[in-house]
Amino acid sequence: MAVASAIGAQGMVAARPVTTETYYEDVVRAFIVAAMFWGIAAFAVGVLIAFQLAFPALNMGLEWTTFGRLRPLHTSAAIFAFGGSALIGSSLYVVQRTCRAPLFGGRYLGWFVFLGYQLFIVMAATGYLLGITQGKEYAEPEWYVDLWLTIVWVAYLIAFAGTLFKRREPHIYVANWFYLAFIITIAMLHIVNNVTIPVSFTGTKSYIAWAGVQDAMIQWWYGHNAVGFFLTAGFLGMMYYFIPKAAERPVYSYRLSIVHFWALIFLYIWAGPHHLHYTALPDWTQTLGMVMSVVLWMPSWGGMINGIMTLSGAWDKLRTDPGLRFSVTAVGFYGMSTFEGPVMSVKAVNGLSHYTDWTIGHVHSGALGWVAFICFGMMYYIVPVLWRKKGLYSKALVEWHFWTATLGIVLYITAMWVSGIMQGLMWRAYDEYGFLQYSFVETVAAMHPYYVIRGTGGLLFLTGALFMAYNLFRTIRSAESIEPQAAVASVAAE
Amino acid sequence: MPTKIEKDAATGTDTTGHEWDGIKELNTPLPKWWLYTFYACIVWGVIYTVLLPSWPTLSSHFGGTSGWTRRGELAETLAAQKAGQADTRAKIVEMSIADIRKDPALMGYVQAAGRVAFADNCAGCHGAGGAGAVGFPTLADDDWIWGGEPEQILQTITYGIRNNNENSRISDMPRFGADGMLTKEQIADVADYVLSLSGTQADAAVLERGGVIYAENCAACHGEKGEGMHEMGAPRLSDAIWLYGGDRKTVIETITYARRGNMPAWIERLDPATVKVLATYVHALGGGQ
Repeated sequence: MAVASAIGAQGMVAARPVTTETYYEDVVRAFIVAAMFWGIAAFAVGVLIAFQLAFPALNMGLEWTTFGRLRPLHTSAAIFAFGGSALIGSSLYVVQRTCRAPLFGGRYLGWFVFLGYQLFIVMAATGYLLGITQGKEYAEPEWYVDLWLTIVWVAYLIAFAGTLFKRREPHIYVANWFYLAFIITIAMLHIVNNVTIPVSFTGTKSYIAWAGVQDAMIQWWYGHNAVGFFLTAGFLGMMYYFIPKAAERPVYSYRLSIVHFWALIFLYIWAGPHHLHYTALPDWTQTLGMVMSVVLWMPSWGGMINGIMTLSGAWDKLRTDPGLRFSVTAVGFYGMSTFEGPVMSVKAVNGLSHYTDWTIGHVHSGALGWVAFICFGMMYYIVPVLWRKKGLYSKALVEWHFWTATLGIVLYITAMWVSGIMQGLMWRAYDEYGFLQYSFVETVAAMHPYYVIRGTGGLLFLTGALFMAYNLFRTIRSAESIEPQAAVASVAAE
Repeated sequence: MPTKIEKDAATGTDTTGHEWDGIKELNTPLPKWWLYTFYACIVWGVIYTVLLPSWPTLSSHFGGTSGWTRRGELAETLAAQKAGQADTRAKIVEMSIADIRKDPALMGYVQAAGRVAFADNCAGCHGAGGAGAVGFPTLADDDWIWGGEPEQILQTITYGIRNNNENSRISDMPRFGADGMLTKEQIADVADYVLSLSGTQADAAVLERGGVIYAENCAACHGEKGEGMHEMGAPRLSDAIWLYGGDRKTVIETITYARRGNMPAWIERLDPATVKVLATYVHALGGGQ
């Protein structure tokens, strides 16, 4: 049986197409533009709050611009606005092409998901600035925003799963397993962690249904699986499509993809308690959280192996395709963070690292090195395809972006390693009589130089993203288009 | 339904025969080192959960064969710390501050323990290092309201000032203005006089009127020349050190409404050794007499 390939921007000709339907890509374009916009916003706010920690005067004495309100603005903008737009956009692109089926629900459902999701971002962000928050990390939006997101998320699930159902391929491609795991698990986490009772239907305040340590456990069950299913599974889905496409190589190991997928899904959901070591959480829960986190090490690395080894036979492309270099470096950072994570989940290590800047450094080696870089790689690939251009406006500018951003990450995470480990050691330093050696403020003063270095790293990362925005803008605006040709899903001739 | 299994030229591995949008997959076996490391982690995980509190049961949880608990470990650590310090603390309770000061080993302990206890209990009002704040005396200078001798400081910290403890230090300055004992003009005059005790210039006639009012109303506690009186907790007025502020407006406010700052009886909150440590530590901050 001949398997017809989709006619895409590469201009491949379908083998004996019978009927054709158009992939729906307008909404993907919109998500990509939104991801670029929110990325710049998230990085800019991150740079500001990084320097606020070094120079508190930058809080400007206004309640709206204090660190406490801008910090959730930064994290939500980075994870949900930038990462979320890139994930949803790319998933809608990938699912259509790997299923050879147009988007289920078509333009109406697609645009509802796009506009609905952007509205969610704006409602959440404005709430933070006005001080409206549930006070749950990475789940700060209040009840009315949560309800709205639930509706949008279900619409997204319908669009994605509907497209899978209508697929014209016999099997579901691995990228779609990861994307689907991300969508379903995030729905479950979001709902359970946001069971709140509003004080009134006309007010913004609500109270969570869970109490005490159970609330803390549910919060970190949510929090860590937001890392596991939003920032890991989702972006692994992205990796599984865009690395083989850009490298023009087959995926390294189908078996590995199956085993590490199911192991990852099974183990990640247990790992949340490692955020609550040395707290009121019972010992047995802490033990299980730590054990599952350590066992998770190899399943996480399965993705790294499949990502990097897919380049076997095409390593030279790293030299010629700076976009692919972003994706592969991302997988490298992914491997580093998914080793560092299990190490930090070990109670003895956590006793030193918990509540210190080491955690911040760890999060950012994942967020900047893995999440942002895999998105950049995806965007450098997808923009010329979506806008039917022969290529990017400037490869040199991608090089500049790559090295600026990489240097920024290195400065960021090394500064946080030094600062965090120093902070942890100072907190636990005892004098000869058994009394604490340092007061808290002494540790803060000692961290100042590292805060400046971290802010500088962030500034470099932001600068790189500005190069990218300009490059993509010029690419989209360039007159040099390839033949206008609709991307179509062709049906295999039987 | 693998349909087109091919041999990949670059790696020599078969594909699975599937293809999605031009993407194929190799049928590479699981890397051995990966698989065995994964197994090793699982084996370690099983052993670890047997040793430590781990699996939940219907109403409780499996406690682990090692008997370790976090609370148990904390209790042991604290007990070891306490046992290590017991002798030193017993000595501190028994000895006078003067004798403690002569013992370098004990003073080393006092400096370490006092710094932490002071930061936890005292610095909130008296500032880091006893720098003081408006309404809260500086403890690092030699200007004492209730006395700077070791035993006086110990008495002040132990029982506090103007609180419900029966041994609390108590003295109340009258509310000269609010209770109608002096007129506004009289208060203004006596304020100028009080300020002149520390060298502020004022009109001679005002000072003469103020001096008479001072002698009749203030001197009994604050002394004829404003030298203060520790027994009454009456601050020295002639040293230009002000607890609530030395500008004319604030002094008038103080005379009109009086000031009644208070401090807890720390013996109700801390053990005797810590109180003694704090008294010795505060005495050694710089102004002890």
